[in-house]
Amino acid sequence: MMMDEGTFNEVVREKIASIDFGMLSPDMVKKMSVVKIITPELYDADGYPIDSSLMDLKMGVIDPGLRCRTCGAKVRECPGHFGFIELARPVLHIRYVPTIYNILRSTCSTCGRVLVHPNEHAKLLEKISSTNGEVNEKVLAVAAHVINKTKTIRKCPWCESKQDKVKLMKPSIFVESGRKLTPIDVRERLERIPDADLPLIALNARTARPEWMVITLLPVPPVSVRPSITLESGERSEDDLTHKLGDIVRTNQRLFENLSAGAPEVIIEDLWDLLQYHVTTLFSNNVAQVPPARHRSGRPLKTLEERIKGKEGRFRRNLAGKRVNFSARTVISPDSQLRIDQVGVPIKIAKELTIPERVTEWNMAHLRKFVEDGPDKYPSANYVITPDGKRKRVSDETRDVILAELAPGYIIERHLMDGDIVLFNRQPSLHRMSIMAHYVKVLPFKTFRLNLSAVVPYNADFDGDEMNLHVPQTEEARAEAELLLSITQNIVTPRYGLPIIGCSQDHIMGLYLLTKHKEFFSRQDAAELLSRVGIFELPEKPGKTLKDEPYYSGKQIFSMILPEVDYEGSTKTVPKHVCKKEDCQFEDFVKISKGKLVSGLIDSKAIGPEAGKGKLIQAIINRHSMEEAVEFIQKASLLGIATLQKLGFTTLVTDTDLPPEARQEIKDTFDFAEKKVDEVLEESKKGKLKPYPGRTLRETVEFKIIEIINRARNKTGKIAERYIVDENNATMLMARSGARGSAMNIALMAAAVGQVHIRGTRIYRGYNERTLPHFEQGNIKPAARGFIKGSYKTGLNPYEFFFNAITGRDSIMDTSMRTPKSGYLQRRLINAMQDLSVTYDNTVRSASGTIVQFEYGADGIDVSKSDNGKLLIPKEELR
Amino acid sequence: MEFPKSVEDQLKALKEDMKLNKQQYENLLKLAEKQYAKARVVPGEAVGVIAAQSLGEPGTQLTMRTKWLAGAREMTVTQGLPRLIEIFDAKREPTTPAMEIYLKSSHATSESKAEEIALSIVDVKLEDITSEINVDLAKMRVEVYLDKNKVKHYGVTEKYVQNMVKENFKTAKITTGDMMIGIRPKEEEVDLRKLYGFRVKVKETHITGIEGIKQVLPVKVGDVWMIKTAGSNLREVLAMKEVDIENTKTNDVFETFSVLGIEAARTVIVEEALDVLRNQGIEVDPRHLMLLADAMTNTGSIRGIGRYGISGAKSSVLARASFEVPLRHLFNAAMYGESDEISSVIENVMINQPIPVGTGIVKLKIESEAMGKKKTEEAKEEKAEKKEKKEKKD
Repeated sequence: MMMDEGTFNEVVREKIASIDFGMLSPDMVKKMSVVKIITPELYDADGYPIDSSLMDLKMGVIDPGLRCRTCGAKVRECPGHFGFIELARPVLHIRYVPTIYNILRSTCSTCGRVLVHPNEHAKLLEKISSTNGEVNEKVLAVAAHVINKTKTIRKCPWCESKQDKVKLMKPSIFVESGRKLTPIDVRERLERIPDADLPLIALNARTARPEWMVITLLPVPPVSVRPSITLESGERSEDDLTHKLGDIVRTNQRLFENLSAGAPEVIIEDLWDLLQYHVTTLFSNNVAQVPPARHRSGRPLKTLEERIKGKEGRFRRNLAGKRVNFSARTVISPDSQLRIDQVGVPIKIAKELTIPERVTEWNMAHLRKFVEDGPDKYPSANYVITPDGKRKRVSDETRDVILAELAPGYIIERHLMDGDIVLFNRQPSLHRMSIMAHYVKVLPFKTFRLNLSAVVPYNADFDGDEMNLHVPQTEEARAEAELLLSITQNIVTPRYGLPIIGCSQDHIMGLYLLTKHKEFFSRQDAAELLSRVGIFELPEKPGKTLKDEPYYSGKQIFSMILPEVDYEGSTKTVPKHVCKKEDCQFEDFVKISKGKLVSGLIDSKAIGPEAGKGKLIQAIINRHSMEEAVEFIQKASLLGIATLQKLGFTTLVTDTDLPPEARQEIKDTFDFAEKKVDEVLEESKKGKLKPYPGRTLRETVEFKIIEIINRARNKTGKIAERYIVDENNATMLMARSGARGSAMNIALMAAAVGQVHIRGTRIYRGYNERTLPHFEQGNIKPAARGFIKGSYKTGLNPYEFFFNAITGRDSIMDTSMRTPKSGYLQRRLINAMQDLSVTYDNTVRSASGTIVQFEYGADGIDVSKSDNGKLLIPKEELR
Repeated sequence: MEFPKSVEDQLKALKEDMKLNKQQYENLLKLAEKQYAKARVVPGEAVGVIAAQSLGEPGTQLTMRTKWLAGAREMTVTQGLPRLIEIFDAKREPTTPAMEIYLKSSHATSESKAEEIALSIVDVKLEDITSEINVDLAKMRVEVYLDKNKVKHYGVTEKYVQNMVKENFKTAKITTGDMMIGIRPKEEEVDLRKLYGFRVKVKETHITGIEGIKQVLPVKVGDVWMIKTAGSNLREVLAMKEVDIENTKTNDVFETFSVLGIEAARTVIVEEALDVLRNQGIEVDPRHLMLLADAMTNTGSIRGIGRYGISGAKSSVLARASFEVPLRHLFNAAMYGESDEISSVIENVMINQPIPVGTGIVKLKIESEAMGKKKTEEAKEEKAEKKEKKEKKD
């Protein structure tokens, strides 16, 4: 690589090829350590770290100004170095106690051999000889068998000595026929086990001698792993680990002293146990039957295991996810005048986020200007990086110096400007469209602005949602952003292969009205509408001429924004009548020929962003390109808004009013249903009712009632729909066009709420045999079991109101249980599949190279490049 | 060019649909070839993540409601998110096992025939055909009183029931009376509690039908009759001569695996999951489910997602540790002396290296001559030099 060395950050050329795991041997501990820790005190009277203490400067530095005594580097440069504590008496590593227990029971207490007969021993070793001492599944299986079988053997087949039963007294005391085995005894026994036998107890002789599970030398992590913080009062507050290590050093020293003074055995034992406790809690403060070590305040200490474990632990918090620079977060708000692939960035943020640009002979003058203006003016530069990697803040004081030395090879970090590409993200990032690339448009005020059509893939709304923005810092990253992450590249979802970006709400409503509008638009009106989209010409031929004035139809105006495309489809309201194609009286047959809307209405089925919709947009992608489709969505939404503003559109409370005869009809329907239910109840009482096969009578009655009331409710919905037919009924128009709401919503408001459910059944709980005190016990008629005859418009009576509140709670419960469950499912799915990718031979393989599919999805088609999962074929080209 | 089957089918359908003549069809094929090349997945594409996201993202839209009553007389089947989790977790047995039994054309045409078969397969326990089952304290035995109507309904005889009981309780002392069977357990000392426990056993004695089939429901689908069941027993149902073996299926993945093999189990995973999603109006391309099902079954046995399945079987220590229970994996790795080859995504993320999927798989090789600057010889020299250095180091 011809990277100029030393100019910017050092280029790392080495790759980590593999990481080996193993246990630390005492030799290794000594080898990797730079100091032996013996003093429990940390600082001297001047607050300077004491030598051979836990804060020894040889283990690295955490105070600015000081230098590491091992490598000579300063605070952030020195990676830290290990030290060690020589334990006066060995202690057990708490997490290896179960393993040690197994080993003690499976090996001879005298000769150390695994307790299998020499013949079998050879056979077993032969069986796993191919692994060369490595532990794999085969070895594990053999070892599990050995450990299980040898537990009960009481005579060593090698040296014929008697084997006593070893018991484990939790947490960490081994007892052999009433006698306690000290860690020293344990270690001696483990030492005796020959390397050759280790595979039989699932140990790798190369990395894990069993005696290393008993600690003699305890490694002390560098200070940079356990930095102390200085409080405002100047007092130092040490890390939990330091506290714990301090306990160990102190106990250890006392044990040393007592040993050399020849103290009585009881005292030694006590101190030894204490040492065991401290070392145990250093590793984990969550060991069963070991009281957690506590801070002076009573808070349990956070020791090594707690640092690694869980969502907040090292793995998930720091290794699998990392903090980044060059990012911003703020509230989002809509801006219909922005392009779909733009994001409005507050100027305040634009002045904080920067893009590095390298100075060359050719852009020198251009970049100089940024330094000259900087850093308060916009646009200017915040930092300049010199060829030797020094980062200089541009300020009034430094500006002249920097300007003087500025030369090719310098890097200037200039403010974010219009047209820069950035990544935009909203959490939860559930699919890849949750992070997309946008082009910056710097705007006043304090919120990120985005086009309404870009809201769907992020699942965002503007009720206070915040989003994140990241600025790619290298050309490589910017190229990937533009080519792979841009909105344009992501309008088709890989989930089902249809557009997920399209027009919504107002846009759909506007276009629906425009294409439905019976009256013609005057020349002036047509020009006004089109100019809003950026089209400054009129349709070729006027739709009609009146008094020499040209008039244009809505369809003609809509056709102006269409690219050359052929499309045939139906509207969202799937016609129940026989389709008369172009002559359809409801205009349900949508036909576009060579980019002209011939018949039909434009609704969400053609331009909407949900599943099974956006077919017209898909047709444009098929015929042309994603870019063209984005262009169309852009124009369509603007035209939609313009139309709404021109024609006006208001939903009214009276939209869902029903005439008295409709109300009567609904009442009759319910009366009829109630009568039917009574009949069923009567029948069942008389025992005339024949139960459904495999069902009890009770269940059958229940089913019948549900059937009847469902039918009745559906009928009332139909009645409402029949009476709300006014062409200009805004609520109905919204539901029809798919802009917002559904026939169901209208039925709820106009006709009746109907049956409410808890956990999928009619309401049955509450008091003994009844739901509310309003009903007599055992009443299972519709009204007593949560059937609401009222509509939201007419209002509910008191008990109906209760029932309605009950479902409200039920659905809140459902949502709040579902979110974490599905989140966990998603995490597991991702974790199971994240390594699967297509390789150069077109097979799908896992990380280890195992073939999962020979051809992706059996046909190798990328769903996001398909037409709803099918091969994309532009039919126009066949003619 | 040869197309995969799905594409070929699509093209043929299109030919019919648009009434293309031969020349036009040729053109279509040419066009399709071009389009197919464009639509192919690109090497490196992280299809696994895409599949996982496509299946996980709509999870928030699924209902938690476990039971589903589609129409009054349908069976209750676990639906929504719980069922999806159950499938992906590779749970040994579904919460609500169910079968769809298709019949051979000779039996599929009439309701009465379907009903007859349905009745013959439903699992009848002793309690289903009795009026009462009592414990006689004086005689220390369980007394079963058969219900004449019920016995007749299931097409068995008193004699048959007696034989079944005898067969089931070979050691017990059995006395028979008119529509009554007394069963006294063999043990010398029969205490009360034991007797009541015994009564439960008696209640559940299998009499006739296929074990495990709890409910049956003949349904008309299109113009054939088939049987939907609650409870499942694929092996025995497939052995029946009236059953159409090819179409009959169960929703129990493991049962399918043991009876029909891994490929069939894979198909069940795909179809069951697709069913759950479709039922809730969620559109997901089957390719994603196929990939997941393949990942779950490609070892020849069924592994679920998660700690005890795919994620727990990864070869990389760090990848396992980063998912769940990191410490166990680390301690074991130390004992076994494992080595992590840093070959999957997560480890590379951990150590800040490019991940081996997507654009990360591209490794650029530049011919030194093409660079113009360096001659081949120079490059060789440099290489030799490097080698020397390395050797010195070692």
